[in-house]
Amino acid sequence: MKRLYPYLTGGITEDWTDYLLAYQEAGADAIEIGLPFSDPMLDGTTIQQASDRALRRGATVDAILADLAAVRDRITVPLFAMTYANLVFSDGPEVFCRRLAEAGVSGLIVPDVPVDEADGLSAAAEAAGVDLVLLAAPVTPPERLAEIAARSRGFVYAVSVLGTTGERDELAGTAAPLAARIKAVTDLPVLIGFGISRPEHATTAARAGDGVVVASALMRRVLDGATPGELLDDVAALRAAVDQADQEVPADHAHAEVSGDRG
Amino acid sequence: MTVLESMAPPTGGRFGDFGGRYVPESLVPACAALETAFREAWADATFHERLAELRSVYAGRPTALTPATTLSADLGITLMLKREDLAHTGSHKINNVLGQALLAQRMGKTRLIAETGAGQHGVATATAAALFGMRATIYMGERDMARQRLNVFRMELLGAEVIPVTAGSRTLKDATNEAMRGWVAAVEEAHFCLGSTAGPHPYPWLVRQFQRVIGEEARAQAAVQPDVVVACVGGGSNAAGTFAGFADTRARLVGVEAAGGAAMTHGRPGIVHGYRSMLLQDDQGQILEAESISAGLDYPGIGPEHAHLGATGRAEYATVTDDEAVAALGRLARAEGIICALESAHAVAWVLRAAGTPELPAGSTVLLTLSGRGDKDMATLAGVTE
Ligand SMILES: Cc1ncc(COP(=O)(O)O)c(C=O)c1O
Repeated sequence: MKRLYPYLTGGITEDWTDYLLAYQEAGADAIEIGLPFSDPMLDGTTIQQASDRALRRGATVDAILADLAAVRDRITVPLFAMTYANLVFSDGPEVFCRRLAEAGVSGLIVPDVPVDEADGLSAAAEAAGVDLVLLAAPVTPPERLAEIAARSRGFVYAVSVLGTTGERDELAGTAAPLAARIKAVTDLPVLIGFGISRPEHATTAARAGDGVVVASALMRRVLDGATPGELLDDVAALRAAVDQADQEVPADHAHAEVSGDRG
Repeated sequence: MTVLESMAPPTGGRFGDFGGRYVPESLVPACAALETAFREAWADATFHERLAELRSVYAGRPTALTPATTLSADLGITLMLKREDLAHTGSHKINNVLGQALLAQRMGKTRLIAETGAGQHGVATATAAALFGMRATIYMGERDMARQRLNVFRMELLGAEVIPVTAGSRTLKDATNEAMRGWVAAVEEAHFCLGSTAGPHPYPWLVRQFQRVIGEEARAQAAVQPDVVVACVGGGSNAAGTFAGFADTRARLVGVEAAGGAAMTHGRPGIVHGYRSMLLQDDQGQILEAESISAGLDYPGIGPEHAHLGATGRAEYATVTDDEAVAALGRLARAEGIICALESAHAVAWVLRAAGTPELPAGSTVLLTLSGRGDKDMATLAGVTE
């Protein structure tokens, strides 16, 4: 089964958890929740604007986690938090990971904590029962890639492109080769993210990996005022696009194995 | 200091508890490659010869050490000014940039990316790019572009592309985020020419090594060894370079922050722009916007080496307000005939305030780094004094 992990900036609107429920209803396999940070170094303009809007509304980690706890019994899919190092380390990674776990968040993605800086955080995450997902990039050399794959939990995040988050006209040419390289060194699912902007991109990327993360394309709609019902349609379209890749699983496996032999 | 001794890197990219390399995976190989290239270059006599030649025939080094005779007499101390304002492009920023441009060339890079606050680092980068035949892309906050318009004009005249940054406080903090984003997207052809002792390892170390020429020259030039060495601190490069020349002496080391950007004084440990250090932030961990009249000090962080020097007590950090800095700039100008940058004026203001008090007793010998000249600040000052 190919996976679809849509993203939502926590606290973006008053009733932001309605979007979560819509994503779930539309067939999300898991949901990534952005905990907004003032200086999101790896984000393009859309997520920057979403973070700014949430922060201006007064969104805090505590408030977002409290909102989540309130809808927890209606959410059945896993939740991953995505945020930056300073929020994670502010009260210490142990406290942070425990708070995530208490709110029902089972995974964590921190793009500015690369594997070399992850020792303390991965220990804290493990102790709290939270999966620390590590990211791999097109420029990651082979030995490092193996280490990232070995130390990642939950899934491995394949950053499709050398660049920030943000919509792009085309799926980056670097996406599929990277997914193949990661798949060759791990049994964990490999999710491709960054720049998945259209259903076609989702199909192509899901073919190369085990699924996709879609963020900016959805957040632009939310910023433009689209309702949870409208986002439900968007996510459903992505669901169909990802499922289309599923029908071609055998071919996909053959491709991964050939690439794996080379890598 | 021999070349070998000065090579000693901070262990694991850390100065005590501070530093590190908190960058997206896309930038890790580039940081590692830069570290390797720098280690090789720093151990290569030819690299040092080329750098030394550029410093002397192009940048105007060594810069003078000027006795501030009138102020010394007025204050009852012996004050010496290390004149980085006399360096080509008007500040110490050229020292770092010439080193990094040589490195970039060695690494086969064809483009320099930089962030700038006051515009001095941007001008220095644009200058080096012109000299080396490289492209330069400079990110600058819109607010800084307005108050440092002259430097924007200089950068463009030198052939650089200046990209306005409209996010957040529209100052150095946001320009740094945007420069790092630009670097992620161009990491294979571009070198990120970071302007201060901040950012991910190896930058804080590498920039300090390129700036230590300030302290080493000053130490050799000073007839009397100073009791106190003082410099202004934004990210901390002119101070770190100055302190490096005196770290093994008994001199007190004093870094002066802008009161509205005082990460050491009002911050707590945190992570931004790739490094862990003292940071202005709220109790949630959101980075606060600094507020200083001087664009070069209008920054919520401070280099990790300073955080370490402060934590161990080897250096002290003080703050100076906008008003004190403006007054100090005027007093230095009238007393010594030197118009310094608003950034540098913070160091001057500390000396004016401390002289004759237990902080800086009469009879002390003080070495002060004047990090730059004030031409860029004339519009700001005209606005303040009108
Ligand atoms: C003249 C001058 N002094 C000082 C600074 C602050 O930088 P640093 O603390 O790295 O020396 C700047 C930065 O723009 C500057 O232009």
